Amino acid sequence: MKCSEFLHELTNYLDGVIDENTKVELENHLSWCHNCYVVCDTTKKTIEIYRDSQLYELPEDLRGKLRSAIMAKCQQHKKRGPQSV
Amino acid sequence: MPKVASPAPRADWAKRPLPSRMNITLVRGVSGPPAKYCIVEIMGAIQNKLEGPVSDELTLVRAAKQGDDSAFEELVRRYDRNVFRIAQHITQNREDAEDVVQEAFLKAYGNLQKFQEQSKFYTWLVRIAVNEALMKLRRKKPERTVSLDEDIKTEDDSLPREIADWSPNPEQQYTQAELREILSKTIQGLPPGFRTVFVLRDVEGLSTEETAAALELSVPAVKSRLLRARLQLRERLGRFFQKRENGHLNRGDVNRGDGNQ
Repeated sequence: MKCSEFLHELTNYLDGVIDENTKVELENHLSWCHNCYVVCDTTKKTIEIYRDSQLYELPEDLRGKLRSAIMAKCQQHKKRGPQSV
Repeated sequence: MPKVASPAPRADWAKRPLPSRMNITLVRGVSGPPAKYCIVEIMGAIQNKLEGPVSDELTLVRAAKQGDDSAFEELVRRYDRNVFRIAQHITQNREDAEDVVQEAFLKAYGNLQKFQEQSKFYTWLVRIAVNEALMKLRRKKPERTVSLDEDIKTEDDSLPREIADWSPNPEQQYTQAELREILSKTIQGLPPGFRTVFVLRDVEGLSTEETAAALELSVPAVKSRLLRARLQLRERLGRFFQKRENGHLNRGDVNRGDGNQ
C-alpha cells in the first residue's frame, strides 16, 4: 500500500468503517510508515481537540433568553396562522 | 520534501509505548487488536452530544404536532446548544448564530406538520439550521457564492505537506482562552462547505449518512469533504502544536491570525 492509498482510506479507518482486509493492509502500512502514523495520530488528535473544546458553548443566560424569544415567536405564529413563517 | 521531526528508527518506533489516551481502549475491553492499533476503537467511541433516546424525541415531536407547545419547548431545550454550535461554526459570528437558532426553531415550529418522521427530528432541524446559517453567510459575503458544492479540487490537494509530530497533549500548553482562539481561527480558515461537514460529523457526532441527509450531499461527497477538512485542520493546528527538534512545543503566535487565509 502506498501513502496516497493510505490517506485515501484514512477517514474510513478513523471512523472504523473499513473491511477487515483493508484494515490489515492499513495497519501493516502504519507499522512501518512513520509519516502516515504521524498524520493518522495527529488527525485523530485534531478531531478530539475540536470535539472536546467546548468551542461556541451557549451560555445559560443567553440560552434562556433565546428560548423565551423562540417560544414567544411561536405563540405569535400560532395566532397569526401558518402563513407567517 | 515533507519535514519530519526526528523519526524514530522503525523497529524502536513500533515498540514505542502508547500515549495514555490510547490505552483507554484496552480498559474498555475491546477485544482483538494489539494495543498499537487501537485508533479505530477510540474513534468508534466518539459519541454525539445529543441527549435522550430517539423514541422519546418522536413522542415530543408528535405531541408538538398536536399543539403541545411545552413539548416543542422541550425540543428547543434539547437541541438549542447543538444548533448554536453548528450555526456559529458556519457563520463565525455570534449574533448571526443567535439569529440562526431563533429562525431555525421558528421554521421548524411552523413546518412541523411537514416533518414526515422518516428521519430523526434532529437531522431535519440541522438541515434547516444549516440552510439558515448559509443564507446569513451569503448575505454577508455576496461577492463569494457560498455553496456546499464548492471547493471540489483535484485528488491530491489534500496530501499533507507538513508531517512533523506534535508534542504530547499539546492543547494543555495553552490556556483555555488561547486554545479557543486557536481553534476558532483555524476552523475559520476552512471553506464553509468543509467546516460544515466537519462540525456535523466530528463535533456534533452525526453519522456520515445523517450528515449527507442534513446537507443534501451524497455519502461520498461527505466523506471526501470530511477527509480534506480533517487534514487541513490538522495541518493548520500543527503550527501551534508541533514539537520542536529539542522536544519542546513550538508555541505558535495565537494572535497571528493566520487562520484567515
